[in-house]
Amino acid sequence: MNDRPTMIEFQDVHKYYGDYHALRGINATIRAGEFFSLLGPSGCGKTTLLRTIAGFEDISSGAVLIDSKNMQGVAANQRPTNMVFQSYAIFPHLTVAQNVGFGLRRDPRSDADKARAVEEALEMVGLKGYGKRAAHALSGGQRQRVALARALILKPKVLLLDEPLSALDKKMREQMQVELIKLQRQVGITFILVTHDQEEALVMSDRIAVMFEGQIAQLADPETLYRRPASRQVADFIGTMNFLPAKVTAEDSAHLEVEAAGFGAMTLRADQVMAGSGGAAGSVVGFRPETLTILYEGQSALDREAMGTIEEVVYFGDMTYYDVRLDGTDHPVRLSMRNVFGRPVLDLGTRARVGWSPGALVMFR
Amino acid sequence: MKKGGALRFYTIGYLIFLYAPILVLPLFAFNDSMVIAFPLQGFTTEWFAQMWADTTLHKAVKNSLTIAVSSAVLATCLGIFAARASTRYKFPGKAGVLGLIMLPLVLPEMIISMALLVVLLAMGVKLSIFTIIIGHVLICTPYAVAILSSAFQSLDRSLEEAAYDLGETPASTFRLIILPLVMPGIISSLLISFTISLDEFIIAYFLGGNETVLSVYIFGQFRFPKNVPSILALGTVLVLLSVILLTIAEYFRRRGIAKTGGKDTGGFL
Repeated sequence: MNDRPTMIEFQDVHKYYGDYHALRGINATIRAGEFFSLLGPSGCGKTTLLRTIAGFEDISSGAVLIDSKNMQGVAANQRPTNMVFQSYAIFPHLTVAQNVGFGLRRDPRSDADKARAVEEALEMVGLKGYGKRAAHALSGGQRQRVALARALILKPKVLLLDEPLSALDKKMREQMQVELIKLQRQVGITFILVTHDQEEALVMSDRIAVMFEGQIAQLADPETLYRRPASRQVADFIGTMNFLPAKVTAEDSAHLEVEAAGFGAMTLRADQVMAGSGGAAGSVVGFRPETLTILYEGQSALDREAMGTIEEVVYFGDMTYYDVRLDGTDHPVRLSMRNVFGRPVLDLGTRARVGWSPGALVMFR
Repeated sequence: MKKGGALRFYTIGYLIFLYAPILVLPLFAFNDSMVIAFPLQGFTTEWFAQMWADTTLHKAVKNSLTIAVSSAVLATCLGIFAARASTRYKFPGKAGVLGLIMLPLVLPEMIISMALLVVLLAMGVKLSIFTIIIGHVLICTPYAVAILSSAFQSLDRSLEEAAYDLGETPASTFRLIILPLVMPGIISSLLISFTISLDEFIIAYFLGGNETVLSVYIFGQFRFPKNVPSILALGTVLVLLSVILLTIAEYFRRRGIAKTGGKDTGGFL
C-alpha cells in the first residue's frame, strides 16, 4: 500500500467563507488506487474538502494537486475526477442509458461504441438491461448504481463519493458498502468517500482522515484509528471508548508508571500514550468495551482483575452491553460480552469480577 | 337539514354567481334578437357572421395577439433571469431588487399607466403597440418571476454540478438539464402572462395611441346597442379559445411533470 504513487496532495489548504474558516491548513496525501475516507461530524469541512478536489469550491490559499498537477484554475469540467452526489443527481428527464452515457456526449467514438460502453457500465453496477427505463422511476439503490455507472464510464483518475449511502436504509447500505469495495478493487480507481458514519468508514476504507473543525485530527488505517486514536476527540468519535481518570507517577523513555481509577497501578509502553491530547479533563486512560471481560464462576483473568457492580444491562441478541462501575470510580464503564452458549446474561446489581489488560489501554495526557 | 347544508348551499350559490354569466354569453350570442333579454327569440349565427366581417375587429385581434405573445415571451425571459438569480446567487441588495421587481403586482395599474404615459410622452416616444408591450411586460414580469422562482427552487443544485462534473459547460448544462426541467414552469409563465396581457385594459387604453386592442375595442362597442350581440359572439369565441388553450397548456405541464417524476406543485388548474 505504501509504495503506491501519490494521486492527490493537499498542501496547506485553507478555505474561508467570508469570516468563517472552513478549512484550516489541510496537509495530506492520498495514494493511487486507495479507498480513502474523509470522516467527521457535520460541519467539519469534509464535504468542502471533497469539493475542492472536484473543483466546485475554490481554495483561499494552498494547493490541491491531482496526479502531480496543480488544479489551481482548472474548472470542474476539466478535472480528471467524477463525483457521486449525496442526492445522486440523476437527471430525472432522461432514461437510465441517457444518464449513464451523459458524459460521453463529447466523446468522439461512434454511437454504437458509446451504447456498448453504457451497457458495460450498467452491467458493472448490476443494472444490465435497465437502460431504457425512466430514471425517475428507479429505487434509491438503483439510482445509486446509475450514479456510479455514470461517473465511472468516464474512467476518472479519482472517484469522489459524497455521503453516497446516507439515503439508503440499513440493509441496503450494508449491501452497497460491500459492492462498493468490490467495485473499487475491480476498477482500481482511487475512491474518496465522505461520510459521517464511522462504522461505514471503518468497513470500507484503506485509510481514513478524521476531521474536526476544518482540520485533520488523525490520518491512519482503520485499525490504528480504532486501537490507537490520536486524541480523546477521535477516540470518542470512532466507536465507543471508556475513559477513567489517571495520572503518571513515574516515566522513562520507554515506559510509564500510571495510577488509574478502578484499575490501580500499571506500566504502559510509551507508544500507548498520546501526549498533549487529554484535553481540559486532564489525563485519562481509555479502552474499548470489548477489551474488558466479565469473569464467570471459575474463570480467571489472563492478566489483571478488578471488581465492580453492574448498573445497566443492554441486550442485543448476539451481544450484551454491561455498564459496570468499577470499585473506586464514580461513573460506570461500558463493556461488551458475546452471548455464547452457556453464559447467562447477568442481572442488574450483580457484583462482577472484570478481567483487563494494561496492553489494551491507551492513555491521553 | 343535513350537517353542512348551509355551506353546501353557499358553495352552489357561489359557483352559479361565478359561472352563470359566462354561460349566458353563448346563449345570447345565438339568440335571434338584438335585445339582450329573455325570452329567447330563436337560433341564429348572424352575429358570428357580423363579427367575422368586422375589419376593425380583425385589426384589434391582430394587435392583441402581437402584444400578448410579445409580452408573454419577454416577461418569461426576464422572469427566467430573475428567478435564476434569486434562487442561485447571493448579491448585495437582493431582497430589495426582488421586492422592486414584484412591486407592480400590488401597484395600481392606473398609476403605472399614468406614470409610463407621462414619461414616454416626455421622451417623445410615439404611442403604439410597442408602448403597450412595454407596459404589459412590466405587469406580467412579477407573475413570471413568482411562477419561475418556484420552478427553479425545486431544482436540485447538484444536478447542475453533476452535468458540469461530467464535462458540460455552464451554457450546455443550462440547455440540457435546467431548461427541460423548468419547462412546466415556463409554460405556466407564458400562459399566465399571455392571459394577463390579452385582457388588460387600462395600460392598453392609456398607451395605445391610435392602435386598438381587443379589450379596448370590446369596451368601445358596448356603447352601440346594435353591436352588442356580435360582441357576445366574440366573447363566446374567446371563452372557447381560452378553454382550449388552458387544456393544451395543462396537458403539456402535467406531461412534463410526469416525465420527470416530479411532484405536482399545482399549476393553475
